[in-house]
Amino acid sequence: MTARLRKLIMFPLAFAFVAALWEAYKAVGPENGGRVLGFGLLPRTGDRAMPHVWKMVSRLGRPEVRGGKETILSVVTSATWYSFRVAFAAFVIGTLLGIAVAVLMARFRLLERALMPYLIVSQTVPIIVLAPLIIGLMAYGSRDLVSKTWIAATLLGVFLAFFPVAVATLRGLQSTPPAAMELMESLASPWWRTLLKLRFPAAVPYIAPALRIAGASAVVGVVVAEISLGVPLGVGRLILSYGQEASTDPPKLYTAVFGAAVLGLVMAVLVALIDRQMMRRHPPAGT
Amino acid sequence: MDVTSDTGDAVRVRGVSKVFNRGAANQVDALVDIDLTVHRGEFVSLIGPSGCGKSTLLRLIADLTEPTAGELIVNGKSAHQARLDQDYGMAFQQSGLFDWRTVERNIELPLELKGWDKARRRARSAEMLNLVKLPEFASHMPWQLSGGMQQRVAIARALAAHPQLLLMDEPFGALDEMTREHMQAELLRICSETGTTVVFVTHSIPEAVYLADRVVVMSPRPGRITATVDVGLGRDRSELTREASEFFDRVTEVREALRGTHVGDAVSGIDDR
Repeated sequence: MTARLRKLIMFPLAFAFVAALWEAYKAVGPENGGRVLGFGLLPRTGDRAMPHVWKMVSRLGRPEVRGGKETILSVVTSATWYSFRVAFAAFVIGTLLGIAVAVLMARFRLLERALMPYLIVSQTVPIIVLAPLIIGLMAYGSRDLVSKTWIAATLLGVFLAFFPVAVATLRGLQSTPPAAMELMESLASPWWRTLLKLRFPAAVPYIAPALRIAGASAVVGVVVAEISLGVPLGVGRLILSYGQEASTDPPKLYTAVFGAAVLGLVMAVLVALIDRQMMRRHPPAGT
Repeated sequence: MDVTSDTGDAVRVRGVSKVFNRGAANQVDALVDIDLTVHRGEFVSLIGPSGCGKSTLLRLIADLTEPTAGELIVNGKSAHQARLDQDYGMAFQQSGLFDWRTVERNIELPLELKGWDKARRRARSAEMLNLVKLPEFASHMPWQLSGGMQQRVAIARALAAHPQLLLMDEPFGALDEMTREHMQAELLRICSETGTTVVFVTHSIPEAVYLADRVVVMSPRPGRITATVDVGLGRDRSELTREASEFFDRVTEVREALRGTHVGDAVSGIDDR
């Protein structure tokens, strides 16, 4: 219980620490940036580049545009919620697809040998290149920019989330203890029942950590797609447009960055809960 | 099928050979021309040095591998059919319990594969837990149990479907000496309560003698049966049996049978515990 309490306290404490670090550097750092060994590595500390933390926070409460009714908090929140749904859909679809592909590869050796090289090569393509490609290839039927772009963003998230799950699931399915396989054989268990009763549960310790990577990848895929395609409703788009106002309204950009950070955080917590649920019947590490 | 000739025989092995890597440079004659009959209710130990094919013979009876030549009849049908019908239960050196299942759900695994409903499975697993004297551990996870307890759960699982035949491959090999002797006594009690036929692979001479009605002695290269020792200690065996002179006589007989087929280094792999 105390460990839990400590975790609960550590969380806001970590935030406070980052904010303090930010303000401390702002107070002592060079106004116009500095050079380290000839490289311009030290960030500028002027109010345009590094607004005060409290200015970012207070910016959240003011209207998005001068004279507008909606506060920036509500704009960022709804954009983050929109992106979260897209990213979560991408995570779920990518995970299911990854597991399905792994099961097929485990069932048919030939398929594994045929598919694996393509899977690996597919992950070397920079995703930012794929975004416009996917929109051209997949969403051509729709004339509406919103649905066109969210489909493309989802696909990109799926594309990124699917790979770690497929690889980990395949490894897990191939690591079933031979003695356990023999036991199932002695019980005349058909292939699919051995899969459900033995191989899949035995693969869970491999799959669960891959889900964490898949969750993070889905967020990256979706936000990058939103930025590169300008998805009208997502948090990626806000980062893009608020970034263009950085010289006149510096704290504004950071409100969108907060939104993206919360998006990643919520996804990480959710996936951690799924992970814990999946692992609750398995022996704790070290036994 | 001639039914009358099957009564009394749990296992009939006729002229069975098993060759690995046939025709290749590393060809191994694992078993050559094996004949073995195990009667219903009988406890037969297979003993021999490493490489004598005792485990292969057990796996052949279990239809986990196919013979190169010969015929295997289990429960009056082909070994293959007997496996499909779950006519036997099996226990290995590793308990092979599923980490993510409770003890009772591990025991219920064979019953799930038979399509039993939950209430019936639960009743049977409770019965089996009583049989192996672990009733209070039904909802424990396997990794919370000691090695000996895990092996007892594995035996309960092997017997859950009430098979008439139990095939065991060095099931107590990984246990410490005291647990091992205790488990041997427990196995004898369980067998006499259930009337199960057992084929038991071991490399321990005292274990083979203490448990079995008949000890089948095997030798390697090529794997074959070289002697059969009738133990004749009766069915009521206790810790006192281990100190009886007849027990030592049989142990000596088995040891000599092993030595007789193998001069010099060949008794390697035999454990005198």
